Amino acid sequence: MIQLKDVNKKFGIGPKTIVAVDKVNLEIEEGEIFGIIGYSGAGKSTLIRLLNGLEKPSSGTVKIAGYEMSSVSAKELREARKKISMIFQHFNLLWSRTVKQNISFPLEIAGIKKAEREKRVNELIELVGLKGREDAYPSELSGGQKQRVGIARALANDPEVLLCDEATSALDPETTDSILDLLTSINERLGLTIVLITHEMHVIRKICHRVAVMEAGNVVETGSVLEVFQSPKEAITKRFVSQVTEPAGTEQVLAHIPGGTLIKLAFVGEKTEHPVLASLIRKFDIDVNIVQGNISHTKAGAYGTLILQLLGNEKDVDMAIAYLHELGVQTEVIDNE
Amino acid sequence: MNEKLFQHVNWDKMWEATVETLYMTGISTFYTFIFGLLLGVLLFLSSPGQLWKNKLVYGVTGAFVNIFRSIPFIILIILIIPFTTLLVGSMRGPEAAIPALVIGAAPFYARMVMIGLREIDRGVIEAAKSMGAKTSTIIFKVLLPESMPALLSGITVTAIALVGYTAMAGVIGAGGLGNLAYYEGFQRSRTDVMIVATVIILIIVFIIQFIGDVAVKKMDKR
Repeated sequence: MIQLKDVNKKFGIGPKTIVAVDKVNLEIEEGEIFGIIGYSGAGKSTLIRLLNGLEKPSSGTVKIAGYEMSSVSAKELREARKKISMIFQHFNLLWSRTVKQNISFPLEIAGIKKAEREKRVNELIELVGLKGREDAYPSELSGGQKQRVGIARALANDPEVLLCDEATSALDPETTDSILDLLTSINERLGLTIVLITHEMHVIRKICHRVAVMEAGNVVETGSVLEVFQSPKEAITKRFVSQVTEPAGTEQVLAHIPGGTLIKLAFVGEKTEHPVLASLIRKFDIDVNIVQGNISHTKAGAYGTLILQLLGNEKDVDMAIAYLHELGVQTEVIDNE
Repeated sequence: MNEKLFQHVNWDKMWEATVETLYMTGISTFYTFIFGLLLGVLLFLSSPGQLWKNKLVYGVTGAFVNIFRSIPFIILIILIIPFTTLLVGSMRGPEAAIPALVIGAAPFYARMVMIGLREIDRGVIEAAKSMGAKTSTIIFKVLLPESMPALLSGITVTAIALVGYTAMAGVIGAGGLGNLAYYEGFQRSRTDVMIVATVIILIIVFIIQFIGDVAVKKMDKR
């Protein structure tokens, strides 16, 4: 569906050149929700703009929905953009138009007749749950409602791909969840491919099938969301994962635990249901103290972490850890000195 | 009492002059709106980072706007007399004032148009592009509607400036209230004529401002 090959994007010339996207290779399947996560300045905004031709790559090829974006003509590009729509962090609605007129805008661009536009707009208003607000102006809407208008507008021309540029970053947590639910249902109902960029791991965890992690213009890690949660390879990925698996203040809590051995267990999928703790206490002569526990639900299954304090003689503790490895539970000893 | 207080005022002449002033202001505001909008949109689109970014067009348009905005109006009228005679066939009367009024005011309005357009969120233009909009669609369906309050308040300010310009044009023979106030009032030391003409100009200005304010308020949905 989407294929990026050795894509580079540079801004400026000479010594002031900034490499925003550096040799990126990506493949995104049809019907999947693909997340790109990175801190600001990592190049993800530029990357997503390469997908609908708002930016042209300096080198490399971008193929999307059958179009080769790096070499299309201006006319083809306009056609392609009707199939690749986009929603934005700040919604970018026309304040001079009502909800209805905003949703109608891409249909006007596509040259659809008035009666047909009306019908389609009403369907879309229903789809995004804005019934009763069709004649309101954007200034009269809440952030969540504005994004619903943005989504309806993006869906107007039956696109094949929906690009989300930090679509929930300006929203409060509750509204974020409702918008994410809407995106998931659209993905399932319409079979639309969704590419989203975000700096919040929560968004990735909640709706993405696969994720790419970006740092300094490079994609440093790609994989299914569960895989990445289970065994993040890069330091930056670990930081993002800990955003959702470790409640705030974990470090402070650990610093106040005196003595014993601290271990962090990670469970994936079914293993979350095994009574690991009970057998640990029964089999070994150690005391187990639960410091912190957490289960995150990703799209592909649950992922849990548990931080334990093991008290006992060194030999028993070592044997207990070996036993955990044997069970296939990912175990990591945390240094708390 | 009326006869005594305004003994020198010829109300028929005053009315005629008022109509001439309104005529000059109305027609020149209309053409200023058209040409100023064209220039302003061109200036905006050719500016760095915009849809038609073009250093040459931007430089030439910008220089044209700045030069004609800076020439004092009274001098501009005299400078373009050959052009006026060519266009209107005469250099006297209300019609003859219009080319000078438009050339003086359109660049002024063009700057205001550009400022108005620059205030549009770039994201909105990007969104229209991402939907596959052509540049013409972006101009007529995004740029102009989204900057309408600024365009309207700009033309209000310009129309008021034009009322002042017509008074100046009057001095060199274009007719209107300025003409009357200067020749019939000032040069003949008839203070009452000057005062009445000035009050009528003030009323015209207030009415324009009022209409402008109402229109802006109605258009602005932000």
